Amino acid sequence: MAKGERKAGGKPPAPADGAVDRIPGGDAPAGGFVQLLTPDGEHLGSVTTADGTTYSVDFTDEEYRGFYRDLVTVRRLDAEATALQRQGELGIWASLLGQEAAQVGSGRALRQQDMAFPTYREHGVLYCRGIDPIMPFGLFRGVDQGGWDANEHKFNGYTIVIGSQTLHATGYAMGVTMDGKTGSPDGEAVIAYFGDGATSQGEVNESFVWAGVFNAPMVFFCQNNQYAISEPLERQTRIPLYRRAAGYGFPGIRIDGNDVLASYAVTRAALDNARNGQGPTLIEAYTYRMGAHTSSDDPTRYRIASEVESWKAKDPIARVKAFLAKQQVADADFFAEVDETARKLALDLRERVLAMPDPQPVTMFDHVYPNSSPEVDAQRKAFDEYHASFEGSGH
Amino acid sequence: MAETITLGKALNHGLRRALENDPKVVIMGEDVGKLGGVFRITDGLQKDFGEDRVIDTPLAEAGIIGTAVGLAIRGYRPVCEIQFDGFVFPAYNQIVAQVAKMFYRSKGKVRVPMVIRIPFGGGIGAVEHHSESPEAYFSHTPGLKVVSCANPADAYTMIQQAINSDDPVVFFEPKRRYWEKGEVELEAPLSGAYPLHAARVLRPGTDATLLAYGPMVRVALDAAAAAAEDGRNLEVIDLRTLSPVDYPAIFESVRRTGRAVVVHEAPGNLGIGAELAARITEECFYSLEAPVLRVTGYDIPYPAARVEEDFLPDLDRVLDAVDRSFGW
Repeated sequence: MAKGERKAGGKPPAPADGAVDRIPGGDAPAGGFVQLLTPDGEHLGSVTTADGTTYSVDFTDEEYRGFYRDLVTVRRLDAEATALQRQGELGIWASLLGQEAAQVGSGRALRQQDMAFPTYREHGVLYCRGIDPIMPFGLFRGVDQGGWDANEHKFNGYTIVIGSQTLHATGYAMGVTMDGKTGSPDGEAVIAYFGDGATSQGEVNESFVWAGVFNAPMVFFCQNNQYAISEPLERQTRIPLYRRAAGYGFPGIRIDGNDVLASYAVTRAALDNARNGQGPTLIEAYTYRMGAHTSSDDPTRYRIASEVESWKAKDPIARVKAFLAKQQVADADFFAEVDETARKLALDLRERVLAMPDPQPVTMFDHVYPNSSPEVDAQRKAFDEYHASFEGSGH
Repeated sequence: MAETITLGKALNHGLRRALENDPKVVIMGEDVGKLGGVFRITDGLQKDFGEDRVIDTPLAEAGIIGTAVGLAIRGYRPVCEIQFDGFVFPAYNQIVAQVAKMFYRSKGKVRVPMVIRIPFGGGIGAVEHHSESPEAYFSHTPGLKVVSCANPADAYTMIQQAINSDDPVVFFEPKRRYWEKGEVELEAPLSGAYPLHAARVLRPGTDATLLAYGPMVRVALDAAAAAAEDGRNLEVIDLRTLSPVDYPAIFESVRRTGRAVVVHEAPGNLGIGAELAARITEECFYSLEAPVLRVTGYDIPYPAARVEEDFLPDLDRVLDAVDRSFGW
């Protein structure tokens, strides 16, 4: 068995500490991270971690351009959503600004049959699943609570209570095993998204215990964006988050979360390990939330401008653009076309968001139970009669 | 043919039948496998159905319920055991914020057909956290259905009906009645069984209505037998379903008798009895001869075992309330 290769089935692999020998770019956190594309747009080809695993990507020019297109598109749609919120058309928006590479890389690493459990910020993953980007806007506009079919889209509902979804992902992954859908290259895998703040939640730690004990076919994808609203990482942990995995008995690895290629390569490998029966992996995507926590937040109260500036130099999109230009596989026309296409998508999104009708008030009584409840039914009827009693009521 | 078995054994038979009838049913909880549960409700099931269907979980209640949600999304029908009433609270977030809301949040597209079994109530001489009655917390939560069985026959059918239901059901088991025996028709088809969400008149009467559920049903029946010696003919209703409450059955009875006494172990303040009193007053005002009275646990933490008999409603306290109702 070659170094770094993992055998399907049998005992889970020994925990790796995910340390990286090389620290490309010189700007990685202590202990390093997996990086394949530097902030300057230099493609490193491959990187080998301390446990001997080698990560590499080798895409066609068209595929590299595709990554760029997705990154630009999800940022543009996000900007449109922020604008819609500022204009009073959304009640709130949780921006992904700065986290595009973590989301597009991991989102593209998912295979068709894989299942994702997002927080409320994974708009980029949603987009990469081929889902209409308008899907979560009902939630943010306040016309519903999400309302989509997790199984149809292989993308669970946005979960707002921090960390709760990691247990759902783990249970779902146990079900994958029980269905006999692991242990082969076309098996299924599950990915759970969460942030640095969530790692303090008991439920996230319980999900680590469960996933380890049951060898669940899943990837814990932590976007460490350095802040849980206002609280910095130091308030959540004494050790780098990826190293937590060792205590639960599965591999943990840190990646440059602003490097879409590293995000893709490491997530794809971890998902494939999971589907092959080798159990869970924790990936810490080291990134930065460039915007506010949500549109209701004011980050100037808790972080300094120079910090934000230093992260701008590590922008996840600029480095892909630099790489494409350096490789001469994309020209000004291409970049302009991508911008224009994204702008049109954003405009289309805006128009459809503005056209979202408010729900009929009586629909608030819908879908409380799969089987009806006489109490809810009676209240719905009383509600209807009360409103109908007003002259000229539309009810 | 009817067999005479304990309430605990009736639950065991019901779970067994559910596992036999639907390969998607899985049982999960602490010590439910080899040990068969601390009350032996799952006794022998792992041996017969395997470790994938009767799952000994890590010791973490949020984990039990949270992973069950994921299994339910995947298409399974998890039956979760919470070992004791007082241990459900680590799972409270998952039950109230996730289990109860998944169907609503998804506009009816995601179902989580789960059963959460909770042995509840006191009277077994236990230490703290082993004798509580947390049913009101869950009955207050839209999206959950809440039931409680009081005898072996109901235990057998209700656990199967709860598992078959696509609604998430919190299933309260009267732990101090686990060893009480009764006749159970083990071969009877479930389709002909009494509905899950319906109250049942266990003793017809004319003078007052006693309303109880779970462990207090036995107390209410004993009180009615004692009252009969004084010439009072009390009707006893086993509520069986706490969310939704079967109000039509209750209103029909109270309109006939003109008096209602609610009995439960849980503290009275904002409990099931408070809601019943309010609703009966709203709906049966002109039939009432006296206010709806409550006989409940006191508004204190569950006390030490040596004094629990003074905390729990008993026959004398129920009869005292009946006297007060008649003296109004």
